[in-house]
Amino acid sequence: MRSLRLGYLGRSLPFLGGMAMLVALLLFTVAGRLAIDTSLADPLSVTPNQPPSWETPFGSDSQGRDLLAVLVLGTWLTVKVGLLAGAMGITLGTAAGLVAAYCGGAVDLALRWLIDVGLTIPPLLLLIIIASGLRGHLDSTGMALIIGMLSWFGPARQIRAQALVIRQSGYVLTARLSGRSGAKIIFLEMLPNLLPFLMAALVLACSAAILSSVGLEALGLGPMDEPTLGMTVYWMLYYTAFMRGLWWWITAPIVMLVILFVALYLISQGLDAFANPRLRQRSS
Amino acid sequence: MLRTIAARVLLLVAMVWTAGTVNFIMPRLSDRDPIAERLTQIASQGGGSLAGIQDMVKSYQERFGLDRSLWTQYVDYLGSIARLDFGYSIANYPTRVADQIAYALPWTIGLLGTATIIAFVCGTLLGALAAWPRAPRFFRNVLPLFMVLSAIPFYLVGLVLVYFLAFRLNWFPSGGGSELTAIAGFSWAYAGDVLYHSLLPAFSIVIASIGFWALGMRGMMVSVQGEDYMMFADAKGLRPRRIFFAYGMRNAILPQVTALALSLGRIITGSVLVEMVFAYPGIGTLLFESIKLSDYFTIYGCVLVLVLATGLSMIVVDLLYPLLDPRAGITHA
Repeated sequence: MRSLRLGYLGRSLPFLGGMAMLVALLLFTVAGRLAIDTSLADPLSVTPNQPPSWETPFGSDSQGRDLLAVLVLGTWLTVKVGLLAGAMGITLGTAAGLVAAYCGGAVDLALRWLIDVGLTIPPLLLLIIIASGLRGHLDSTGMALIIGMLSWFGPARQIRAQALVIRQSGYVLTARLSGRSGAKIIFLEMLPNLLPFLMAALVLACSAAILSSVGLEALGLGPMDEPTLGMTVYWMLYYTAFMRGLWWWITAPIVMLVILFVALYLISQGLDAFANPRLRQRSS
Repeated sequence: MLRTIAARVLLLVAMVWTAGTVNFIMPRLSDRDPIAERLTQIASQGGGSLAGIQDMVKSYQERFGLDRSLWTQYVDYLGSIARLDFGYSIANYPTRVADQIAYALPWTIGLLGTATIIAFVCGTLLGALAAWPRAPRFFRNVLPLFMVLSAIPFYLVGLVLVYFLAFRLNWFPSGGGSELTAIAGFSWAYAGDVLYHSLLPAFSIVIASIGFWALGMRGMMVSVQGEDYMMFADAKGLRPRRIFFAYGMRNAILPQVTALALSLGRIITGSVLVEMVFAYPGIGTLLFESIKLSDYFTIYGCVLVLVLATGLSMIVVDLLYPLLDPRAGITHA
């Protein structure tokens, strides 16, 4: 197995910047959950429509949620949805991609069709159908699982392409000639070499999952009783915070989401260059 | 070429079939009956005429009725999708879903089409200039900014723009497709009004997607520069402008068009959410309002039309491709 040469990441500015932003966000939610009372994120726990002050440093919304508590809990929930769905998508996608590449033939053809159809239907649209069918039953974990089940197509296609290249390489042929079983070749020979690639794909999948979940929530199909960042955007639109000039309510979820998306983007840029050394020369 | 188109049409059918099937199965998996619930709710509030509700229950029964076998229901349901018959809107009863969508669709196509074309042209130019050694440094320096912006969903950019440019500075209207008092028709005043209202939503789509196009184009432009024909053009002493457009961009642009076909789904769902922010009278706002009112037939109709639109626009891009790349037409014809 090739060594991972993690040193490159330590010198990649986008990666370091993105990681710093992500760590800051995670510190905010973890420290926040320890330091403040997150039950203030429930409606009717503080005076509604308060601008930032000493008691409510981030202000409060029209239903009487303390926005600091909302952001602490919401960032946590949103990141959780992303990680859960992203990890699930990558696991399913890797399995499907490796099976397709290794088996070839009819299995490959069937999987490729499934992937093509799955990739062309925008995930948000399927999510809208599913969520409006399950209305009221959906919590953030359930949403993450559904998104995860719909997000393996992209990773599967990429892994399949990568695995097809590796399949022809000398060490896989050697392993095959020396009589190793198919499963062992897939997991012990092919998978380790896909690791750098998988890391980059995981970050992309998390980012895509967060994008879908926040979009679904902003449309009003998310978990109504959980203060995720997307639900905060929905309530803010629902109670016309713009018309009423409640700027602290508008800025809060937007700033958090922008930091989260930009952080994941920068990390994936860094990891991409790491997994695919040809990109490095091109971008420098 | 014909083969590609046939494969695309097959893919389109598969897409609509998948979305329709999920749509058919979902209400049956849930233990509740959301549509009957919603109808009783309207009836108890005294809204809507009683006859209308009975009609709707009938159309609902026809669609999901349990008196026939599941298979017949399924086949009938697929048939109604094929005829673009989505039934009646629950919230605005005598209106058919297809009519609601027919009103909203031109707004969506106008906004989305214009914004995507502008973003594509600006992004591609920016990317090409950023990779061109003789171009001003400026283009190289603004590229990272747009790349970071491209990581942010369109509608979040839209929210920021609405807040600063519409509510704070009052430069732009905060929402809608035209002034409420405006009379729809083919007059310059009305056209200007519509354009004015579309600027901010279009702008949020454009600035959030320029980076995506620029990044792809820069990569291609860098590899094109290593080609022999570029050096040959240089040696012939052609004007730099001609080398840039006719030799560099002309050859680097092909993968951009492929990327356009692949990211149409992302663009369409992204702009649906932008409409929601601006209450722009397209499919996105129709969808948002229908979700608020639990108007299930309209929700499903909107989703199916959006799936159809994604598939159709991919086919259009595929048809345009041979115009840019003559090789694509010859090899398969």
